[in-house]
Amino acid sequence: MSDAPPVAARGLVKRYGEITAVDHVDLTVERGDVFGYLGPNGAGKTTSLRMLLGLIRPTEGTAELFGRDPLQVGARALDGVAGFVEGPRFYPYLSGRKNLRLLADYDLGAARTRVEEVLETVELRDRARDRVGGYSHGMRQRLGIAASLLRSPRLLLLDEPTTGLDPAGMRDMRQLVRQLADEGITILLSSHLLNEVEELCNRVAIIRKGSIIYEGRLGDLLATASTGYRLRATDPERARTLCLGHSGVEVLPASNGDLRLRGDEDAIAALTVALGQAQIGLTALVPETQSLEELFLGMTGGESADADREAAA
Amino acid sequence: MGVAHVYRWELAKLLAQKRTYLGLGVAMLVPVVFVVVLLFQSGGPNDILLGRNIRDTGLATPFVVLFFMSIWGLPLITALVAGDIVASESHNGTLKTILTRSLDRGEVFTGKVLATATYTVAAIVGLALVGVVAGSLAWGFKPLRTLSGTDVSAAHGLGLLAGSVVVYALPLIGVAAFGVMLSTITRNSAAAVVGTLMWALLMQLLGVLPGTESIRPYLLGTQFEAWHGFLRVPADWVPVWRAVWVCALYIFLPLALAYVVFVRRDVAGD
Repeated sequence: MSDAPPVAARGLVKRYGEITAVDHVDLTVERGDVFGYLGPNGAGKTTSLRMLLGLIRPTEGTAELFGRDPLQVGARALDGVAGFVEGPRFYPYLSGRKNLRLLADYDLGAARTRVEEVLETVELRDRARDRVGGYSHGMRQRLGIAASLLRSPRLLLLDEPTTGLDPAGMRDMRQLVRQLADEGITILLSSHLLNEVEELCNRVAIIRKGSIIYEGRLGDLLATASTGYRLRATDPERARTLCLGHSGVEVLPASNGDLRLRGDEDAIAALTVALGQAQIGLTALVPETQSLEELFLGMTGGESADADREAAA
Repeated sequence: MGVAHVYRWELAKLLAQKRTYLGLGVAMLVPVVFVVVLLFQSGGPNDILLGRNIRDTGLATPFVVLFFMSIWGLPLITALVAGDIVASESHNGTLKTILTRSLDRGEVFTGKVLATATYTVAAIVGLALVGVVAGSLAWGFKPLRTLSGTDVSAAHGLGLLAGSVVVYALPLIGVAAFGVMLSTITRNSAAAVVGTLMWALLMQLLGVLPGTESIRPYLLGTQFEAWHGFLRVPADWVPVWRAVWVCALYIFLPLALAYVVFVRRDVAGD
């Protein structure tokens, strides 16, 4: 087994005529990651995933899965890889079980023996004899996960797996993703739902208008979102004077009687001791951080949708 | 191995779809309707091959029905599935489902082509068998008068029918190949079905227009008559061998183009 990362995209570009749907995207997903691929609708997430799966040809650049490029080695590049883009699709006139058997045969391995097991995992065994045409959206999503699990994947690529699900369906799907991640499957999850990414992912990339504007650990991203601390004291004037003279602490303009401070954790901790020694009581000391949503909106310029680009894709 | 899996599942999918039963059903119903109508009428299709002998033996029925069905009946039945076989996968989004498994695109395409050809052959064989049975029930399983005016035994006639079905299948597979090509390129089932039928009709039309004599032997429509060679004594192999190589071109060229498109195409939101 190669040591190549599960996903390594380098300089991926996809153009449709005048429109550049994906513009020099670099992505690296390491083993064990639950990697969130975030972006507004139409930013290029699905197009990127299609290139990773070999469904569309990049105009430029390369996409490798465990070191293999689908364009170079064909379907063998997808060994150990499973997933779906734009929602899983099945033959509506075949039952759920038959759809899975078909896909198991298309995998050429021993996957056929795992059909019942994966139906059980996604809790669809009691509806497995029914035609997929009669399935709800949530059931199709779960069947999509089952179809992916048939391949015993080491990497799962999931394109907005909770889109269109009701709250209970979303919760179940996230639990399933977390469970799969706990079992050691690397997951690349595209989403425009920030709470989903915050809940599930350890690393993220943010794509905007086809370009990656952030890639790194989610924790590091959130750490950059720290804007300071809000402090409320029993004697605001004395507290302000003390803060102004305290090394490592910057006092920011504030609109009400509270003090707004910026400094690292050690400096703020030392300040609280100093305030205490000066007989100044603290009634509140609250870290102020931007939410992932605020960060995201700041990075993407408040963009919500740019449907033309994805439509072109 | 991979092609065998695709082929088997393509057949299973065809057996789960109404259009397959519609096509095969019509192919098998036509000879029955034909026989029933002739049982209640005194006239017959006197101006076509074997038409005068239609009531002499049930063996003449499938030959006459094959002749009638070559104009647009069997091409339509063929187009119904051939035009849909790739386009429906694009339309339903299932193409991306199967192309992200372990089989190469070439294997998937080959399996689909084989399944289409199987359906096409099944339609002709079904038509011929039902024709023999229905005709024989009406007029008996008796010796067949050949186009040379000599009689051959019923068993020999059955052998001639089998050979004729094989030769007749060639241009029909040519129609199917064109349908698969349109299905692959247009990604639109209705457009591919109608386009294939129009193309088959155009081939027939070219064959009857004045001034087309020089190209007539190489038109696809003409090859539907190649089986007449078997009904002569001795057999005339010239039209048969010409049908083999002409149809090979009509089958290979569209399939080669469709293959290239299928293997290289972007599978996006169709």
